[in-house]
Amino acid sequence: MYTQALNNLDIDTTGDDAALEARFQARVDDEQRIEPNDWMPEAYRKTLVRQIAQHAHSEIVGMLPEGNWITRAPSLRRKAALLAKVQDEGGHGLYLYAAAETLGKSREEMVEELLSGKAKYSSIFNYPTLTWADIGAIGWLVDGAAIMNQIPLCRCSYGPYSRAMIRVCKEESFHQRQGYELMLSLAKGTPEQKEMAQDALNRWWWPSLMMFGPPDGESIHSGKSMAWKIKRFSNDDLRQKFIDATVPQAHFLGLELPDPDLKFNEETGHWEVGEIDWEEFQQVVAGNGPCNRQRIKQRRTAHENGAWVREAATAYADKRRARKAAAAAAEAKEAA
Amino acid sequence: MTTLHIDDASPLVLYTLRLADNALVLGHRLSEWTGHAPMLEEDIALANVALDLIGQSRALYTYAGEAEGEGRDEDAFAYLRDAEGFRNVLLVEQPNGDFAVTIMRQFLYSAFMLPFWRKLMGSADERLAAIAAKAEKEAAYHLRHSAEWVIRLGDGTEESHERITDALADLWMFTGELFEMDDADRALVERGIAVDVSALRPEWERTVDEIFAEAGLTRPADVWMQTGGRGGRHSEHLGFLLADLQFLQRAYPGASW
Repeated sequence: MYTQALNNLDIDTTGDDAALEARFQARVDDEQRIEPNDWMPEAYRKTLVRQIAQHAHSEIVGMLPEGNWITRAPSLRRKAALLAKVQDEGGHGLYLYAAAETLGKSREEMVEELLSGKAKYSSIFNYPTLTWADIGAIGWLVDGAAIMNQIPLCRCSYGPYSRAMIRVCKEESFHQRQGYELMLSLAKGTPEQKEMAQDALNRWWWPSLMMFGPPDGESIHSGKSMAWKIKRFSNDDLRQKFIDATVPQAHFLGLELPDPDLKFNEETGHWEVGEIDWEEFQQVVAGNGPCNRQRIKQRRTAHENGAWVREAATAYADKRRARKAAAAAAEAKEAA
Repeated sequence: MTTLHIDDASPLVLYTLRLADNALVLGHRLSEWTGHAPMLEEDIALANVALDLIGQSRALYTYAGEAEGEGRDEDAFAYLRDAEGFRNVLLVEQPNGDFAVTIMRQFLYSAFMLPFWRKLMGSADERLAAIAAKAEKEAAYHLRHSAEWVIRLGDGTEESHERITDALADLWMFTGELFEMDDADRALVERGIAVDVSALRPEWERTVDEIFAEAGLTRPADVWMQTGGRGGRHSEHLGFLLADLQFLQRAYPGASW
């Protein structure tokens, strides 16, 4: 899972001490990891918090479209695999929130921003999962695209994030293989199953390409992120890598990519895709996708329905602490 | 493929299926929470418990199929029986309700299953003993997790106390069925295969009383206990659960996934 976070950075470097910044940049250039207690430019901190939080939110919202199919998975093996996958995503969310917290923002604050609509998450999850084949397509394409984006993040200059990404990438690559294997079993299955697989590819292909963000010419603020080694490759480079890896996989499945302009360029050795509908991308990012409102409402409902549980847990912890303190005081009094 | 009936199952197959059905139905219920739990940690914890239970059901269904010798696999049992063919206790099919209901259901069940699996580990049937040995470790965690929450909710806020009390009132009438035995069970107990569940009651009551005492809850007075699940007569809820669970297998009969 991934976000378009890299493309809408809010950078303000005014007021930072030039010498400190020079030393910081030298460390980054030297491929050293920046750790939570190290000095860092405020804009670097802000950029990272936003990116990591958006990444965490994407994991959490991403649990919903896939969660749709846990109860309807067609075999016990598939059911266990999907449940474990969605659980992994919850785990990713948890340690990404923890990584962001090392930069000084609380999880409560981040969750609040997700629920209020202030924070973004990956737009891909604003598309619906209509059939079982969508579970395969998400694993294969969405997790596949996520991996392309995330492998470079394993070398991100910020230590806690890069370490989190190493673990996330391992699990994502397992999910990706699982998704492809699911697609394969459908593609080699009954005509109805193959049709299901084709339909899922038709619907998920273009949104997956959009996951890499706008074309390089329109991607703002990439420069600073590159210099800080938060971002290491351009959107278009990563997108092309994904296309080149995925097109042959689709052919192996015997499925057709929903792009009449798709062709192989013998000279460059790359697959070239047709025009991406950036208007659709902008609309979905802006909140007008098929499921934007639904997803956030579901998150809000879960949060609101769980409020009494969280309050109870806090109240109980307080009581316990108070009782312990009282017991210790009584003991001390007795000893005296 | 048509709907599968199990009316003439041997005592061992029936015994194994009942255990498998309990695990699958409760695992399915818990999986319904995924993405909707009160906090992220509980999304993960409930999915964990669900995965354990679904894993238990798979091992048990596979064994039931082998013991039956008709070539049925885990999915044939899970996906091709109608509600009357399911032999789980009524407790596990009760809807999730709020978090308190889910936790109380898990606690009442796990407090029973932990000593149950411990006894079954000594079964004369090696396969059941092996399944029990794995499940026992899992049940220990399920019990600890749910018991801690019963205490937190019971001794938390006024609202949580009210909700967990209400959950207990909803579910208590389904606990009697946990201790039922029929002729098939008794025949297997005699052969050293099955667990004499009536002997587990004192330990179950001790666990319940101990946790309730810490939670500030009172064990309800004995009420008229509901029964039927082990014989294939279920509550209204199981049909909906199966409609969800079996949809793809029913809509595309014979396909493999």
